[in-house]
This record gives sequence, structure tokens and C-alpha cells, in this order.
Amino acid sequence: MVTLDAKIPEGPIAEKWDNHKFSVKLVNPANKRRFEVIVVGTGLAGASAAASLAELGYQVKVFTFHDSPRRAHSIAAQGGINAAKNYRNDGDSVYRLFYDTVKGGDYRSREANVHRLAQVSVDIIDQCAAQGVPFAREYGGLLANRSFGGAQVSRTFYARGQTGQQLLLGAYQALAGQIAAGKVTLYNQSDVLDVVVKDGEAKGIVVRDMLTGQVEAHSAHAVVLATGGYGNVYYLSTNAMASNVTAAWRAHRRGALFANPCYSQIHPTCIPASDEFQSKLTLMSESLRNDGRIWVPRDRDELRSPGQIPDEERYYYLEEKYPSFGNLVPRDVASRNSKTVVDEGRGVGPLKNGVYLDFAAAIARDGEQVVRERYGNLFDMYERITGENPYQVPMRIYPAIHYTMGGLWVDYNLMTTIPGLYALGECNFSDHGANRLGASALMQGLADGYFVLPYTIGDYLAPKLGEKPVPTDDPVFQQAIKEVDDRTRQWTSKTGGTHSVEYYHRELGKIVWEYCGMARNETGLEKALSEIPALREEFRKNVKVLGSPDGVNTTLEKVNRVDDFMEFAELKARDALHRNESCGGHFREESQTPEGEALRDDENFAYVGAWEWNGPDTPQTLHKEDLHFENVKLTQRSYK
Amino acid sequence: MSKMLNLKLKIWRQAGPNDAGSFLDVDAKEIPEDASFLEMLDIVNERLIADDIEPVAFGHDCREGICGSCGVMINGQAHGPEKATATCQLHMRKFNDGDKIVVEPWQAASFPILKDLMVDRRAFDRIVEAGGFISVPTGTAPDANEIPIPKEVADTAMDAAACIGCGACVAACPNSAAQLFTSAKLAHLNVLPQGQPERYRRTEAMVETMESFFGSCTNHGECHEACPKEIPLDFIAMMNRDYVKSKIKNRSLASQR
Ligand SMILES: Cc1cc2nc3c(=O)[nH]c(=O)nc-3n(C[C@H](O)[C@H](O)[C@H](O)COP(=O)(O)OP(=O)(O)OC[C@H]3O[C@@H](n4cnc5c(N)ncnc54)[C@H](O)[C@@H]3O)c2cc1C
Ligand code: FES
Repeated sequence: MVTLDAKIPEGPIAEKWDNHKFSVKLVNPANKRRFEVIVVGTGLAGASAAASLAELGYQVKVFTFHDSPRRAHSIAAQGGINAAKNYRNDGDSVYRLFYDTVKGGDYRSREANVHRLAQVSVDIIDQCAAQGVPFAREYGGLLANRSFGGAQVSRTFYARGQTGQQLLLGAYQALAGQIAAGKVTLYNQSDVLDVVVKDGEAKGIVVRDMLTGQVEAHSAHAVVLATGGYGNVYYLSTNAMASNVTAAWRAHRRGALFANPCYSQIHPTCIPASDEFQSKLTLMSESLRNDGRIWVPRDRDELRSPGQIPDEERYYYLEEKYPSFGNLVPRDVASRNSKTVVDEGRGVGPLKNGVYLDFAAAIARDGEQVVRERYGNLFDMYERITGENPYQVPMRIYPAIHYTMGGLWVDYNLMTTIPGLYALGECNFSDHGANRLGASALMQGLADGYFVLPYTIGDYLAPKLGEKPVPTDDPVFQQAIKEVDDRTRQWTSKTGGTHSVEYYHRELGKIVWEYCGMARNETGLEKALSEIPALREEFRKNVKVLGSPDGVNTTLEKVNRVDDFMEFAELKARDALHRNESCGGHFREESQTPEGEALRDDENFAYVGAWEWNGPDTPQTLHKEDLHFENVKLTQRSYK
Repeated sequence: MSKMLNLKLKIWRQAGPNDAGSFLDVDAKEIPEDASFLEMLDIVNERLIADDIEPVAFGHDCREGICGSCGVMINGQAHGPEKATATCQLHMRKFNDGDKIVVEPWQAASFPILKDLMVDRRAFDRIVEAGGFISVPTGTAPDANEIPIPKEVADTAMDAAACIGCGACVAACPNSAAQLFTSAKLAHLNVLPQGQPERYRRTEAMVETMESFFGSCTNHGECHEACPKEIPLDFIAMMNRDYVKSKIKNRSLASQR
């Protein structure tokens, strides 16, 4: 029987982390090298953790399916990273960042974790600046900031439109230094396909070498997963193509509870899909909403080009409905309103699947040059993709899946329900509740990797001094290797497949987007729960995987991932069905205010829903971690 | 609906590093001009699978021009005809109906072909490991505003740091040299105040590691032309100057021990 103990330290919120750091067990410096730690993933969370653990003296093995650690999905983040530095003297503080994050998460996150996140945010900026991250600066040489995603203070640090790239390069370079020093062994193009558990504790992983197809095991004293989010369950998302849920899902199947899988974030400003061939969606930075006005034609049958439609025939729906926040309402509110107008038949573009984001007013007010200085890169990118010039015609945008707040359940130490198995970054559920604030994912990934895990992992390892990692010829390892090898080989050995992996992934995405996307209801979710298993069965029978398992085979890599998404999608729908309230990114149509805003049900749902695996084709069991709000008072969000 | 193009493709196929390899001719009909180049390859692959032919392997991930995973030679040009654009951001509307397109992997001895259009670029990681970092163990950093950095310097560092490590510079160079890649990393770190203590050590080690893998630069400038991030050639000159200095500096530093 699993019991969820979040291990939240005693004491006032502002002292919990310090108290905890003092009370955790330590591994003395000379003994650290006697411990081996496996880190899976080299995004912000994984690279920062691996480098920091190695600096402390641990022996680290790091795994990534990319050819270089620098290619992790984190590289694509554009906007920025939050930190409570209060360099602008505008009233920011650790407490305010904490408060904003709990509120922004719609009161579904754990207060103690969020406060720690806000506390260490300031150290992250110091660390990154010292590593040479070229943050934007003022003429005086000090760091520049901007306000992001509707925040009332300017606490976002950025490096042009490439903040994720620069932060990741900082962490990657720190990692490279440790690799050169022999403290970290890098296994690139290595697909981690299982977690090995012996006597209830994580002891290692099973890996497929993507160049040779060889399946082998690695053992260690502890295993850290930093494998990113599950946004690609929707097929179309802003995530990198290879982002997937496999490592987390396999851990779940080995006993790690999966928390809040129904939470996913939709980003309001992405380029709408242009056709069936569309492989992914591209995000246009949220900063565009500072100057762009969002509208659709009032007339559903409008045929004129946007420039010919007079102002009074345009529906500036955000400005009309939310006079005080206007186009700057939070992501979820902006997204749902776009969906509403498109569903009403007011969509624009050849497929009527977008809304206008119009810069004509800004260009008339400030001049094209000013707009170019602010958004030139983004406008160029838009034109490259769509072939339209946004200085002349309004951009077309539509919401897309962007980030996933759910993930492996972890305690305050970032340990999952399997002792010795940790989860960091987007792959855990910990800090964003039901909705993440802009520029807070980069902060969390680096907080986990640089400043949390290096302290908390010692607590688990210290008592194990002298224990050797389980040798990989142990029967549990051999059994796990065989299972992975058999699973992988079955795809290429069967004949008579009818459809490609891509086809099934796209079909799955359609179901999940339709019934478990921006708005959800009981009937739709029930439908998803019957359609997903049916699709899964058909997929397993009819998917066509060509080529050999003994060498590079990109389809084979993908089929395992889609297979896991097929199981994960069902859990996601089940979680969404059970959570009969609206909160943050989870909007249940049954639970809304008379004005159509999300309505929480704190009485019944102020908990983390964590699911326990019960075997294939058997519904998971729900466990609840009740959330206690001792510092932030629960209120209904309002942006009117 | 997108306008459709009919294209004649020649795509390089190679089962593995030691396989001889050959071109596959594909009559690519009805390719929407709104598709990206990689989406065009996706469409081709779906059709190959339908005909029971193994799809063409190519590197890609972000499809936003930032991860550096993609990159092929398109009619002999690294990343194809559009300036400052990675393969994944190139769209088919840049081509005409009836075009013949030859698609090949990067060709450089230090980038062995793994399969079809995928190459092994790990030599780049070895260059960074040689010194492409500022040693600052986690937790030891001073306050970020303690060291002001003139905006111009931060901007130059950012221009250099924008490199995505795709390898187009090496692929475009007649000598398969990696000067642009290496100099971009060096410039990023060497112009910053934080990068000074290790500047000459870093330069010497990275340049020498680069030379152990790649060819030498004879100032063709093709690398800059192919670079999706338009990394300036000036950085190569800066690297060369620092390298010469490093020989003297590193010796004198050693003698002070
Ligand atoms: C377009 C875009 C823009 C964004 N902009 C911002 C922003 O401005 N600010 C912000 O705060 N956040 C932003 N985000 C969110 C943020 O980028 C991510 O949440 C964050 O980078 C995730 O980091 P991570 O380290 O958890 O995982 P990732 O960066 O996803 O890394 C996962 C790693 O795990 C490895 N991996 C995964 N599975 C396996 C496996 N089975 N075997 C081996 N290796 C594996 C991968 O190779 C990779 O190295 C943005 C996201 C997107 C999509
Ligand atoms: S796929 Fe990432 S740069 Fe092209």
C-alpha cells in the first residue's frame, strides 16, 4: 500500500528550506566518490543536476537520446526566466514570487515547494551570469528585466529571444567541464526504456543504444529522471518532435505514482496548423500580446481581407470581455476565448482555425521601425513559416499545447514513490499546480538541478555508505533487459502492418485534443476512455515498422514512445474525468461561473491526484495528497 | 489549401557508416508549398512506408531552427537556398514546380555518416569539453550584478553564443574546417569578464582539439554563408589572435607557479 508522505519540513514557510538543509543527512566529501548516480536527460534539469552532483564528487553517468546534450528540448525556450531579484525596485520579493506562483497555479501546488523555488531563484541568476550566460543588459552594464505573462513586476531575465538556449548552453558547458574532468560519463544516443527496481528501491536503468540497437543495463545507487514533459501526447504541440513520456511512464509502471496527468498548458499565441502534413506547432512569443490586438470578424461569413474590415465590424473579444487586462489576460483565459470564437465559426485563415493578432495600431502609433526593433525576429520567423508579412497583414494565431504541469509525484526531496528514484524539471509535478506562469519552467528546471537535488540526494545516500550498486548480471537486471529487448524486437518482427507509427500518433492526438484539450466534459472524456484503448489495440496489431532493430531505426525509436503515449493518454483522460472542477489549465465545462470562467471546487478537489499502476489494461488507483494553504488565501481568480 | 508542387528528388541512402550508399530517386508529387523541407521528407517517408520501403533517416527535433539537429545538403548547399535558415525552417514555397532536388548528408571526414542523412557530430562536443566553459562550481557565484558588463560586450557575446552547433559551417567548407564553430564558442566566453581567467588556456586547448579532428581554414568564408545564425567571420580572426597570444601567455603563467 502506497502512502504519500510529502516530507514537508516543520517551521514557518520562509524557514522550511533552511531547516531542512540543516537536518538532512550529509555524505562527507571524501565519501561522495563512493556513490554512483544515474541522471537521465540533459535538458536544464538534467544537465544542471549532473554537473552539480559531479562537482560535489559523486560519480555520475548521464544519458540522453540526443546526439549531443545541448540539443535537449529546453534549447527552444524563448521568453525568459523568472527570479525574485527585485533589481527593478518595483516591489518584488521572494514572498511575492511565491504568492504569484501559488495563485497562478490556481491553488493546486504545494506551498512549501513553491516557496523554496522562489528562494533559490535568485541563486540561479547568479550562477548563470557567472557561467557566462549572455543575459540582456542595460547600458550601465547591469542586467535587464522585463515583465512577462501578465506579471505585475519586472522579474524576467532574458537573452534575446533565446533564453532557453543560453541557459542550456551554460548547463551543458558545466557538464562538458565535468565530462572532461572524468567525473561524468556521457551516454548519448541512448534511449532509456526501463527503470530497474529491486527490493523496492531504484537500482538502475535499461538502455537501448540507438546506433547499434544493443540493449544493456546500468546500475547505480540512485536514479534521477529529468526527461521532460508529455505534451506530445497531443501529437501537435510546441514541444520538440522527440519529447516523450517513456522514461516517466516506465517508472510509473514500476511503481512510481503519476500525479495530475490531466494538467496541461495551452499557449495562446502559436501559428495555426496549415494542413494534415503539419508535424508540429510553432510558438510565437507571448510578448507579442503587449502590442498586438486580438480580434475576429463579427460576421461569421466574412470574406473580405482583414484590412478591409472596418473597426466596428471587428470583434476584439478580449478587450471587450476583460476591459482591465484586455489582450494580456493569462494564458488559459486567452486560449479558451480563442477556442470559443473559432468554435462559433468566426475563425480566420483558409481553414478558419485562427484568430488575428494585429499590429496595425502599434505600427501606426510607434512606427514600423519601433515594432521591428521589438519583434523583428518573431516577425521574420512568422513570415518564413507562413509566407505572409505581418507588417502588412495581421498574424494568424491559435492556442497550442505547450507545457505539462503533471508528472511523476515527488516529495519535498524530489524523490518519487520509489525510493532512490528522483524526478526533476518538467517530468515531475511539483511546483506549478494546475497552471504554470510564463518564465517559470526554466526557473524550476534549474532550481531542481542546481540547488535542490544536490542537497536532498545525500539524505537517501548517506546511510548506504559501503553498499555496492547491484551488479547488472543480477536476475532483476537480466529480466528487465530481456523484457525491453523483446518489446523492441516484436515491432519489427511482425508482418502485415497497415499504417505507420506517425498515423497512429496523429490519430491519438486528435482524440486527446478533442476530448481532453482546452475544454473537457464528462461525455467527451467517457468517449476518450473508450476510444483510446480501442486505438491502442489497433495500433499494436496493425502498426508497420520497417527495417532492422540492430542499428539506427528512427521508426523503431518512435513506436516504443507512441506505445507508451497510448497508455498514458488513457490515464490522462481518467484523471480529467475524475477531477470534476475547473482549475488552471484543466477546464471542465460542467464547472464554470455564470460568466464562463473556470470555477474551482476547493471543498472537494484541493489535493494532488496521484495514480498507482495496477498492471496493463487495469485502471489505476487514485491516491490523494491533500494540499494545505497556510500562507496564501484561496480566492477565485478574476481578470475582469 | 496549399499550392502543390511536383518534384524530382534524389535522396542519399546509406545503411550504415561502412555501407557504400547510393541515391534513391523519388517522384515527389503533390507536395504542398506550405510544408517545410522536413515535412516534405515526412510526406515522402509516409509514402515509402506505404510501399514497404524503409523511411529515410534524418536528424531533426525542434523544427524551429534552434536545436541544431537538422541539416542536409540541398543541391550542394548546406541547409539549402534560403539565407540564415536551417533546413527545418526552409519551406517548399522557395522551390518551383518541376524542380530537381538533390538531398545529401553533411560530408566531412570528422562527421561520419550514421545512416542516410544522419551524421555523427560528436567531435563538436569534444571541442567544447576541451575548454568551452567557465569553471564555476554551483553555489560559488557572486551576485549577478556585481560584475557590470557593457551592453556592447554582452551583445557580442550573445551574437557568438547564438551558434546552434548544426555543423553547416564544416559541411560548407572545402577543407571541412571547424573554425567558425570553435571561434564562436571562444568569442562568447573570451569577451566576457567572467571568461578572462581561463581565456588562454581555453583557447589553446580548444584550438588544438579542433585541429585534431578537423581540416584547416584557408579563408573561403563559405562557413559564414551557410550559417543559419550568420555567425560573423570576425570571430575567427579573434580566435587566431588569441591562439598566438596563448602560446606565450600560457608559458608565462606556467612559469609563475
Ligand atoms: C517553444 C517553447 C518555449 C518555451 N519558453 C519558455 C520560457 O520562455 N520560459 C520558461 O520558463 N519555460 C519555457 N518553456 C518551457 C521549458 O522550456 C521546459 O519546460 C523546460 O525546458 C523543460 O526542461 P527539462 O530539463 O525538464 O526537460 P527537456 O529540456 O525536455 O529535456 C529532456 C531531456 O531528457 C532526455 N530524455 C527524455 N526521455 C529520455 C529517454 N527515454 N532516454 C534518454 N533520454 C531521455 C532528452 O534527451 C533531453 O535531454 C518553453 C517551452 C516550449 C516548448
Ligand atoms: S530541427 Fe532543430 S534546428 Fe532544425
